[in-house]
Amino acid sequence: MSKFTNKNIWVFIETDGGKAKSVGLELLNPGRMLADKAKEELVAVVLGKDNTEAVGQVQQYGADRIISVEGEEYEKYSFDAYTYAMAELVEKYQPSAILIGATNNGRDFGPRLSCRLKTGLTADCTSLDYEELSGNIAWTRPAFGGNLMAVIMCPDTRPQIGTVRPGVFKKTLVEKEDAQVVKEEIKVPADRIRTRLIESVREAAAGAVNLEDAEVIVAGGRGMGGAEGFRLLEDLAQALGGAVGASRAAVDAGWIGHAHQVGQTGKTVGPKLYIACGISGAIQHLAGMSGSDCIVAVNKDPEAPIFKAADYGIAGNLFEVLPVLAKEIRRLKES
Amino acid sequence: MMNILVCVKQVPDTTEIKIDPVKHTLIREGVPSIVNPFDACALEMAVRLKEKEGGKVTVATMGPAQAKNALKECLSVGADQAFLVTDRAFGGSDTLATSYILSRAVKAIEAKTGETFDVIFCGKQAIDGDTAQVGPEMAEHMDLPHVTLATGLELEGRKMRVVRDTDEGHDIVEVELPALVTVTKTPFDPRYPSIKSKMAANRAVITEITNSDPDMVCDPECLGLHGSPTKVKKTFTPNQSKDGVIITGEAGADAAMKLAAMLNDAKII
Repeated sequence: MSKFTNKNIWVFIETDGGKAKSVGLELLNPGRMLADKAKEELVAVVLGKDNTEAVGQVQQYGADRIISVEGEEYEKYSFDAYTYAMAELVEKYQPSAILIGATNNGRDFGPRLSCRLKTGLTADCTSLDYEELSGNIAWTRPAFGGNLMAVIMCPDTRPQIGTVRPGVFKKTLVEKEDAQVVKEEIKVPADRIRTRLIESVREAAAGAVNLEDAEVIVAGGRGMGGAEGFRLLEDLAQALGGAVGASRAAVDAGWIGHAHQVGQTGKTVGPKLYIACGISGAIQHLAGMSGSDCIVAVNKDPEAPIFKAADYGIAGNLFEVLPVLAKEIRRLKES
Repeated sequence: MMNILVCVKQVPDTTEIKIDPVKHTLIREGVPSIVNPFDACALEMAVRLKEKEGGKVTVATMGPAQAKNALKECLSVGADQAFLVTDRAFGGSDTLATSYILSRAVKAIEAKTGETFDVIFCGKQAIDGDTAQVGPEMAEHMDLPHVTLATGLELEGRKMRVVRDTDEGHDIVEVELPALVTVTKTPFDPRYPSIKSKMAANRAVITEITNSDPDMVCDPECLGLHGSPTKVKKTFTPNQSKDGVIITGEAGADAAMKLAAMLNDAKII
């Protein structure tokens, strides 16, 4: 038996223009696992100006209950409004755990909230488990640039809070649309909001690359030799209906934009197929893609660490391999 | 005139860390200690702000005596004075306890210098822990507003406009001072020290702030391992050996045909 009376697993649903961000829906998946093991409810908490659409999305992914807080002050993220509302809700409902997507806003909000509640926060988790005896969540996260994994627990305070990287878990549609929606009115005093959003700029490059949702990613590293090399990857990605990713080395060299970067300082991805071309497989890169279902490596160095992570691989000249591979895949797909 | 504080951390250069292949532990011997790169960006932003507005840049770090080297590095690239926050009682602190201690140290520095800070900068995260928590948590302990992930800023009187990285692009966020700002990779690089500035930094006196310092008022329940709600249960190195099928020693075109056939047979494509 847990020594706490706190109950239920909460998932924070971040909204953007009224829609739930993907990571919140992804987190309902491990949230369900934790709630089932704890024999507790899975509760989604939505903050926004008009949550109709986001609540509808959440209902498709299997929360037992949805707490919806609507107000002008929640339309755009501010740490003050979000922390104020969430702290009120925690005070009222006393949840056992809160999962937050490790977006830029989530990682701004998480520490502010956990510090106000004087409880523990584990950042950027890549896997979660539940210890039934204590009710503690085992939060696993990378440290030292992905060289080391640490399992963290928060045994003496509740709620236990963690942020989880987008792309680590997959969204799972659940046929359960009867989630009870609870509307809460929380008005944040105007003088408690101390930041003002002047302008919000969407950069096409950042929005156009949706690596987290891609089923196939063809990624390139230093071995691509230059920006021209990435055309081969684009062709192969097109043949597979996938997206183009990159290692940090290729991004730092200026061959492709940062929005394409996979790894510890880029995105975490988990596609069905990940093809790593000319990527040596530094631990920082592996940290962002080792959750892929199938990993294929093409590299001229047979000793490259990427081959250890690969299900299939070719040790050879990628400039010879890639055009033939793209052509053959097109032929196989058409037949 | 701006009174600016920059909080820095001395970290191992994680790009130089290797894994012991037998023991599966980190090899930290011989790994150089550096000023956390995001903190170096924060310091550069602070020094540029001082150069424009006038004022003073103070740096502070929490750590063992050896962390003085990081402070000296900061003094050689534009910081004016440095404080080392150090005590055995602070060891083993997680981010909540660390941010608490640093927030108390800010008050102690303000008491010693008789001046309050207008803005506190931190790097967005340290490259060893990668939590990005200490900055916003410090702000919460001090009831200050914060803006994370800054790449640039402009000052208009007591208001600061901060360019903040978002997942979709960037925001411009306005905040009234005093405030805490965390800094990510900036479009400009941190400056290099000169031989003269290095020598001056080496001679500089670094003030130590311990738990028994009369200006340092801490709740003993909130320090160190004891005051840390999160506990590290275990650590392990990621296992990477999958024993996949690797085609070697074949012409590129032949290997590509084989690979396509294997992926097709396994219904992966």
